[in-house]
Formats: sequence, structure tokens, C-alpha cells
Amino acid sequence: MSNPLRDMEKPDVIFAIGTNMTECHPVAATRLKKAVRRGAKMIVADPRRITLAEMADVYLPLRVGTDVALLLGMAHVIAREGLVDESFVAARTENIEAFLEHVRQFDPDWAESICGVPAADIEKAALLYGRAERGAIYYTLGITEHICGVDNVQSLSNLALMTGNVGREGTGINPMRGQNNIQGAGDAGGLPNNFVGFQPVTDPANAARFSEAYGREIEPIKGITKVRALERAADGELAAMIICGENTVVSDPDRHHCEKALSKLDHLVVIDLFRTETAEFADVVLPASAWAETDGVFTNTERRIQRVRAAVPPQGEAKPEWWIIGQIAKRMDIPGFDWSSAADVFNELCSLSPIYAGVDWDKAGEAKYHWPVPEKGHPGTPRLHEDEFPSANGKGKFMLVGYRDPAEVVSEEFPVWLTTGRRLQHYHTRTMTGRAGMHYFVPEETLEVHPDDVSAWGLTDGGWCRMSGTRGSVEIRVEANDRSPRGTVFCSFSFGDTPVNLLTGAGYDPITDTAELKVCPVKIEPAAARANPS
Amino acid sequence: MNKPIEEPAVHTLTMDGQEVTFHDGETLYEISRRRGAEVPTLCYDDRLDPFGGCRLCVVQIEGMRNPVASCTTMATPDMVVHTRTDAIERHRKTLVEMVVSENPAANIDTLRGSASQELTQLRTRYGVDGTRFAGKTSGTSKKDDTNPFIFRDYDQCISCYRCVRVCAEQEGDYAISVMNRGFATQITTEFDLRLEDSAACTFCGQCVQTCPTGALGDAKAMRAETIDAPLKATRSVCPYCGVGCSVDLMSKGDKLVGIRPARDGGANEGALCVKGQFAFDFVQHPERLRTPLVRDGDTLREATWDEALDRAAAGFEKARREHGTHSTYAVASGRAPHESTYALQKFIRAGFGTNWIDNCSRA
Repeated sequence: MSNPLRDMEKPDVIFAIGTNMTECHPVAATRLKKAVRRGAKMIVADPRRITLAEMADVYLPLRVGTDVALLLGMAHVIAREGLVDESFVAARTENIEAFLEHVRQFDPDWAESICGVPAADIEKAALLYGRAERGAIYYTLGITEHICGVDNVQSLSNLALMTGNVGREGTGINPMRGQNNIQGAGDAGGLPNNFVGFQPVTDPANAARFSEAYGREIEPIKGITKVRALERAADGELAAMIICGENTVVSDPDRHHCEKALSKLDHLVVIDLFRTETAEFADVVLPASAWAETDGVFTNTERRIQRVRAAVPPQGEAKPEWWIIGQIAKRMDIPGFDWSSAADVFNELCSLSPIYAGVDWDKAGEAKYHWPVPEKGHPGTPRLHEDEFPSANGKGKFMLVGYRDPAEVVSEEFPVWLTTGRRLQHYHTRTMTGRAGMHYFVPEETLEVHPDDVSAWGLTDGGWCRMSGTRGSVEIRVEANDRSPRGTVFCSFSFGDTPVNLLTGAGYDPITDTAELKVCPVKIEPAAARANPS
Repeated sequence: MNKPIEEPAVHTLTMDGQEVTFHDGETLYEISRRRGAEVPTLCYDDRLDPFGGCRLCVVQIEGMRNPVASCTTMATPDMVVHTRTDAIERHRKTLVEMVVSENPAANIDTLRGSASQELTQLRTRYGVDGTRFAGKTSGTSKKDDTNPFIFRDYDQCISCYRCVRVCAEQEGDYAISVMNRGFATQITTEFDLRLEDSAACTFCGQCVQTCPTGALGDAKAMRAETIDAPLKATRSVCPYCGVGCSVDLMSKGDKLVGIRPARDGGANEGALCVKGQFAFDFVQHPERLRTPLVRDGDTLREATWDEALDRAAAGFEKARREHGTHSTYAVASGRAPHESTYALQKFIRAGFGTNWIDNCSRA
């Protein structure tokens, strides 16, 4: 997030797009609810009539995968109505002329023809956000899990830049990170393109510095993404893999492909808390100590660096992951793994990361530093981009983005849009919530189908259906519900016995390799009952 | 457009004989708390709008005939305020006696919730046992609501409405309300349903954690009432989404017994959701992996750490020897702490000289 969580109570206009926040980030949503109660206006764009939509002043029910069209239409209106923040744009941005010229062709009628949102509502939303004194954008995977995920984010960035809604309290472009430490996984160098602290591996100076620090020549070449690695594995071109705390088989798109990839490896090591579906493919499974048993650091969605602490001893012989990995490294004579505590590991990370240079294990314990913390004594940076952007000349650049269709679109054979997401009470593949009493609320997966479609397609509420796409099919119980519009259905991927990711995975964003998990054309037929729950 | 948010003006007043500065919009109670004066309350939660229901926070203001509730009285310049006179303390004691008289249970286990000891503490502070006004009681426990998360023991309810207000003001869910008046007052859901039948209740547990008497209890934590060990709190961060709510891990001996939201947590300021509050049993679940496993043909069997680590290392060495440095790939976890990912990326970079590592953020 560009802005801290506490800023969520400050906007006068909230624009929430592709974020089912009351279910996926419930505590952050309470701050938006407070802002609304205080009088802030809220625009919500989502294919489904989610809880936030019920509270919205303007609800934009766009067709799945058409965010770019909607956002171009809004930019058109903001430009046409003279709501561009001229002084901000002049001082802080570049490429405005080309951008204004670009959006002139995309009026709300054009946008409506693609995204299905009435032009009048697009106008209304654009005027509301364009006139805001403090407008804040919040988004989640509904924006990024598309083949045009980067285009979506850049479209939001354009809106914020043209209205000067960046770098101030109660504004910003705020992605809500999904996992407790997904921010930290990037910060700590778990990326193919960056060393710790987002230092590009392709910069020869960085490569030289890390080669020196790690005692081995590191190639200054970007690694491949996980998606490509799984492809290589499926093609028999990868020998070994180590997977830490991820149930890849259930969480990733195109499950059959993923299973094929893992079974072709010569050597798979899985470190996890449980014997997951993914662990079944492993040659070696190593038991990790869990949250509440492990000391360490998490960084949250607002870049706040916080310590987690062990309160109880590990189960059985489980060990912290840094210890496990260090033991493997030592056996391979890889130098530099002589840590004796999590503090040693974290302090080494800080010594190599410019954005963590001012923190250490003890300071992380204060839970008050938002990175970047460039030097000791620095208070941290709760709000980004107050004076400049992280580009070569410090300016924010307007990007010219065009609409393109999702990787697969509905057809005569597959006439229904499937979109996937999360539910409040479960988390991802339920390795944790499935073992914590949450089945009390949601014991099985259901497919959310509009009541009119339930009857039109010959289904029954509570009965079974078969949902098929080009890659596979699943049987799933029907739940008649008007949250989803006609022609669009929804379910989560949380239940291994309803493996919806057999169907997903038509395409990937060309820059980030993020899968298009939010759009998948399917057909739906009545089914007697689930034949073989797999 | 870039209008700064105005700083409120600063004034002074006199409290307990000392001059105090305050900002426009501060209440007398807020000022008293800032000064460390121990003004008692039962209906107060600093995240909620002042309610003025319990009347325990009354103070005497010079020039005013009657004491006023300090939580609902805005400070004005040059006020002279007394927070603890003999008359005020007598008044408070009487109020506590009346409250205790209809809630005579003396032992409320602290496992019930963060605030569950507030009434018990006032009972001790004022030395009252509830006999002076003994007789009629109010609130009927909802024994038919057998959900395993929120225990609804309204026999202990004192109608402070903190649960109702936290649900509305803090959560924005409006799932619970009040029916009837006087001794018949009852906290309830729509149509007096069980909580799980309420469309609005999300089981975030905020009502439990603000209840000052234990009328609402954390049913999961209460399972540990019989464990004979001191209750320990360890500050940590929730393991679910990226919001990073601060929590206290509640443990008794080696057992993780419950979770409490941290009021001073920067990300959540005391809030939590159903997962953060209640979904912790996975930590000590019987299905946890307790030993390393290694593959023997079609099956995975238990192994010692030495055997498993040797196998793991040998496999990577073989891959590197036979297929070169681009033979091996690592997937880091967005669930594990920094140290896990840092160690894993160093393993790849220092061990293979490549950048063949990613994390689970693309799916």
C-alpha cells in the first residue's frame, strides 16, 4: 500500500475495485466502514454484489476482466470535465498530453459496450473520484489475477496521478496484500528478479555485491518465475525443487499440469506443517515449526515490519525453516549458514537491504517501522510518494493502456463466466482453517449461481451440478444467490475435494506471470450427485 | 486541493488541583486517563462513541450542582474538575453495589475475554459483595446457542451495551441489539436468533473482547479452564491475511489456548476477524507433521532428521552435478516469516549461483 492502514479512515471518496475486503481483509474493511459512517462516499466496482457494494454510493457491476475499459471511461470523463489536478500533474508527472489524447477516444458509452456498466454510472463514479479532495483507491487480486493485471494497475495509477490523489493522507493506490507475509517474501529476496530489498539482480553492481556477500558468483540474469519453472518441470527440464509452505497442487491454476510437473521431478523437497496434497509428490518432507511456535518477522500490507513470537514449543521434532534450510546447505558445503537464531538471519537480511538498513531484530520488535527505513534513526515511511516517485527522474509516468479480452472468453460451448475468490471463514487451501473448526461455518464448497440461472439451467438450489471448462470439470453443490449477476458464477478454491483450479489457468499476465484466476469460461449442467469426490 | 488538516486549538483547565492542557474535542474522561487518574468505568471503550450509561466516571465540576459523567462531558477552558472526592467515591461505590447485586457470580475466569475482569476488579476496589441491594436480577443466558465460539452468559450482563456498540461502531455489522427495558433488558440478535442464524454476525469476537463482566465469553479459550497453569500472553501477529493484526497468543503451559486482539496493535487497534480470533487450532492439531518423512517407493515413511536432511542434500547435489546450476528451483512461502525466505533465496543464490526462486504471490 502507498498509504498506511490508518489512512483508510481519512478519504472523502473511496474507490474499491476488485477487492472483497469484508471477507478477505475484514479488519481493514472496518476502517472503510468507519469512513463511510463518517460521511465518505464510496465507489465499488466488482462483478459480484459483495458486502462493500451494498454500502456503496455508486456500484459498478462490471463484467469480469473488463477493468481497463471501465477505468479508461472514467479517465475520459475526468479529463473532459476539467478535473485534472494541473499543478500536481505539472510538478510530479510526465506524459500527460499523450495520455489525455489517448483517453479522448474512450467515452463512457464505449466503456459500457465492453464492461456492461451503464455509462451514466461511469460518469457518476468519475465525477465523484475526480472531485475528491482525498480520493483513495483500494484493490486486491480482482485487479491483478488477469492476463492484463499490469494494465489494470497502471490504469488505476493513471487515475490517481491525473487527480493528484497520491502522497497525501487519505489518498493513494493501495493494494491489499493477501497473505500474512507475502510482502515479506518479496522483501526478503524470494523473487527471480530481485535480491533482498527489491534490488534488481540484473544490475551488475548488485550482482557483484551479493556474489561477494554469498561467496559465489551469482549470474546477473533474472530467474524464471514459478509458472515457467513448473512448465519446465512438466517438460522434463527441471531436476529438483524445494517448496516451502505452499500447497501448490491446490492453490495454483491448472491442477493436472501442476501434478504432472511435480511428478516429473527427480527430487522434490517440501517443508510444511502438514502432509499436504503437494507433500504427497515429495521425496523428502520436512516438518516446520508453526506460527505461535516460531520467532520471526512479518511485514504487512502497509509495509509495517513486525515480530512474531513463539508462545508454545514446536510439535514433535518440527524445526524453524531457516534451520532446516541451513542444515541442507551445510551438508552441501554452501558457506554462510552458521546462524544460531532467527535474529541472526534477520539482521543479516537488514545488512543487505537498503530499505531495511535502519531496522534490526530489536527495532522490528517495536512494530512501528514502515519500510523504507534507509538508515539508523530514520522513523520509517508510512506514506510513499510524498515528494517523488521511484523512477529515474522521480516523476510518475502516465501509461497508455488499451483494453484486451481475457485469455478465454465465453463461447457457445462454454457460455458462463466463472470467477474465483475467497470466503471469510477459510483461508486458501484450508491447510490451517480446515483444522481450526471453521467447517462449522462453511463445511463444503458451493457454486454461487443467480436464482434465475438456477432455473434457466435446470439446476436446483442445494443440488449438484457439473462445471466444465477446456481443462477439466468438477462437481459442485449449487447455491442460489443473487450476489453474482446472471451468466457469472463464483466459488472459492479452498476445498481440495472441489478442485476448481482444474479449470482455471487459461493465460498469464505477460509481465508478472500472474495467472488469470479471475476469469474462466465454463458450461454448467445438472448432476445427480457427486460421483467420486476426488 | 492540497489543504492541510487543521490542528485543533490547545486550552487549559484545572483537574485535581493541577493545570492541564487539552485539545478541542477532548472529554474530561480522556484527559483524566491521560493524567493517570483512576476514574472507574464499565461502559467505556476508547474506540467507541461515549455512552454515559454506567455513570461510574462521574466527576465534580466547580460551579455545577451535580456530578457529571466525564466520558460525555467535553472539556471547556478554565473548568475546575475534581475526579475523586469522598462524595464521588461514595456515589461510585453505591453504583457498583447495585450492578454487583444483580451479577453475584464472583469467579469469572479470565479466559472469557480481554475485558472480562473489569467488574470483578471494581468489586474488589470498592469492597462490595452485592448483598446490599440483593434481589431482582436481569439478563437471561442464551443456553440454546451452542455455537463453539461465543458463550452467551447474559446472567452476567449489566446492560453496558459495549457489545452492541462495538458491533455497530467498530465492526459496522449491527448484528446485535437490545430488547426490552429495565430489569427485562436483554442483548439479542434479530428475531432473538442464535448468532449463527444471524445474517449480520461474522463471529469476529469483538463483543466478547469488550465485555466487562464475562457475560460474553471466548468459548474456545474457555475449554482450557481446567488446565492448571498460569495464563501467559505473548505478543505476535495474526497468521492469516496481509493486514497484520497484532494479537496476544494466550497459552497455559505448552498449550495454545486462545487469541486476543491487541488494543495497541498498529494495524488493527484492537480489531480482529473470525479467522484471527478463532482459527488457531491448526497449530497443535494431531495431523501436524511431527517427524521428517522420506520416500520409499510409493510411500512416505518416518525418518530421523539426519537421514532426511542427508537425502534432501544428496538430491540437490546430484541435480547440480548432473544437470548444472539451472537444475533446481525454489518456491518461498508468503506464509512463513522473513527468515524462511531469506534462508531459501540464499540457498539458491549461494548454492547454485542462479536467481531461480519465486514466492507464491503469482497464484
